[in-house]
Amino acid sequence: MSTEIKISHVFRSFSSHAVLNDVSLTVREGELLALLGPSGSGKTTLLRLISGLDQPDAGSINIGEDDASARHAKDRGVGFVFQHYALFRHMTVFENIAFPLRIRKAGKAEINAKVEELLKLIQLETLAGRYPAQLSGGQRQRVALARALASQPRVLLLDEPFGALDAVVRRDLRRWLRQLHDEMHITTIFVTHDQEEAFDLADRVVIMKDGRICQEGTPIDIYRGPVNPFVHEFLGESNRLAAHISNGVVTAEAGFALGRAELPDGAAEVFIRPHHVVPYPSSSGAWIVARIAATGAQVRIGLARNGTLLESAMTADALLDSDLQAGGTAAVHFTGGTVFTSQGGEPVRLSPLPVGN
Amino acid sequence: MAGRISLITAALTFLTLFLLLPLISVFAEALSSGVGAYFTAIADPNVQSAIWMTLTIAAIAVPANLIFGVCASWCIARFDFVGRNLLITLIDLPFSISPVIAGLLEVLLFGLNGLLGGWLSAHNIQIIFALPGMVLATIFVTFPFVAREVIPLAQEQGNEEEEAAVTLGASGWQIFWRVSLPKLRWGLFYGVLLCNARAMGEFGAVSVVSGKVFGETDTLSLAVESLYGSYEIQAAFAVASLLAMLALVTLVLKALLEFLHRDELAAMKRKKAS
Repeated sequence: MSTEIKISHVFRSFSSHAVLNDVSLTVREGELLALLGPSGSGKTTLLRLISGLDQPDAGSINIGEDDASARHAKDRGVGFVFQHYALFRHMTVFENIAFPLRIRKAGKAEINAKVEELLKLIQLETLAGRYPAQLSGGQRQRVALARALASQPRVLLLDEPFGALDAVVRRDLRRWLRQLHDEMHITTIFVTHDQEEAFDLADRVVIMKDGRICQEGTPIDIYRGPVNPFVHEFLGESNRLAAHISNGVVTAEAGFALGRAELPDGAAEVFIRPHHVVPYPSSSGAWIVARIAATGAQVRIGLARNGTLLESAMTADALLDSDLQAGGTAAVHFTGGTVFTSQGGEPVRLSPLPVGN
Repeated sequence: MAGRISLITAALTFLTLFLLLPLISVFAEALSSGVGAYFTAIADPNVQSAIWMTLTIAAIAVPANLIFGVCASWCIARFDFVGRNLLITLIDLPFSISPVIAGLLEVLLFGLNGLLGGWLSAHNIQIIFALPGMVLATIFVTFPFVAREVIPLAQEQGNEEEEAAVTLGASGWQIFWRVSLPKLRWGLFYGVLLCNARAMGEFGAVSVVSGKVFGETDTLSLAVESLYGSYEIQAAFAVASLLAMLALVTLVLKALLEFLHRDELAAMKRKKAS
């Protein structure tokens, strides 16, 4: 039985505020898909519509061959893991996981076997008798996942699964989840506002904003070719510069050349990631090295020129080789970037100028 | 240190003076003419009837308010509807009205010359000066106890566990019995205890609607007053000791349940604190 999720032209409003505005999306069978977007972009609402906890105003949702909207949430075969876990507080870990089995009146032996198996899977065999309040956040999240899996769902929906956890637990749990998915191949959608998490974990990423899908694709494709300034900014820090194009040369409004782009003359907006800003010491350089901050393997360098500020990043080793000094003067070479023209349309890659220009 | 000792002393003195001593004096007075007289007083048919009356009223009023409390908390915590705030305010009404007024209102409504009195007497239904009226008065007075205990709990706990249960394949009925009700059970339990205590001890409202027919429409509280009024002091205290014992049994029951479920309670407290 196919477990592909097909969402077509879905609309949903809450008191005249459109939360989802004509959303269409296909999630392939066995895929691990991330819904990425800022809060209020409609990603959780979309998840709730798929699960049946909420109904679309218009549009259709299919899971496999059947029309999901024709089925009540309890019969959709959708496992939902809530951001705050939603464990049954009056039940032990064992009973929480056994819940979906008891609901369908499974036999005692079957329940014991299944729960034991899931406890093993989440590595919490010793905590079966605890209540949710006696567990850490990461443990609760795993119990929630085991409970969802116990209902043998066709698809798994995770709402900000790592949102309430601290950084280390989050990273461990993320790896564990990826591993689990690779073993079980359940079609899975997870919601997150954390770009790094989405890219690290997902086969495919869908970026949402204001109830619409901005872009979908593999992490690499999206990172290399963001379709609009919003996506570009959302995917990580970048320097945003107003610029104009003449004869294929892109020049910042502040008066320095950025690179070349095959575009007609006119105004443009250029996004340059910190690692594409390469400063080198130069006594005649127009930039001042305002700040050098070591953050580990990466070093961040703040550059200033007549009120224009640029953020650069390089490896600690590269910094040592470059002889850059805080307070010194520098010239800057741009090795890449993305140009969005004011007319809209497809963005164009910035190609570097020859060094020394 | 000295401050702590004096505070504890003050609290203990206060408790002794206002709770312990009265309790002891009830039993002392009840047994002042000997154990025989005590049991004679209780064995009195009128007192026996008062015991049954009290238990009957509580047995109807408490479940009624339990059901109402669950329904109200369900509605208020789950749905946002017009009149929601009005409902919350109305639930508190019995707290702010004197029980005697509540009783009078009922007489005005169901009494012979009341609004519905004509219709009721035409159909031979007696409410005032009979059990139904006393039950209604008790329900009214004890109305808020369960709801007040459960509504904040339900609001705090939200709806997520129910939603999780739906996605796990549970039907509405299964969710109610397996999730909604159990997660509120401690609130319900405390609410029922308070409601029961008040239902058995209620005097004002019941006194107005009962007509105080000794041996017929008398509850324990009313019996204490009428016995005391007719200078049967020892008998009055014997009956009062029954009420006190009901209270003690309730307390022991509560402590026992809390002891049996101490793990779960400790876990809940920890969650609240975190």
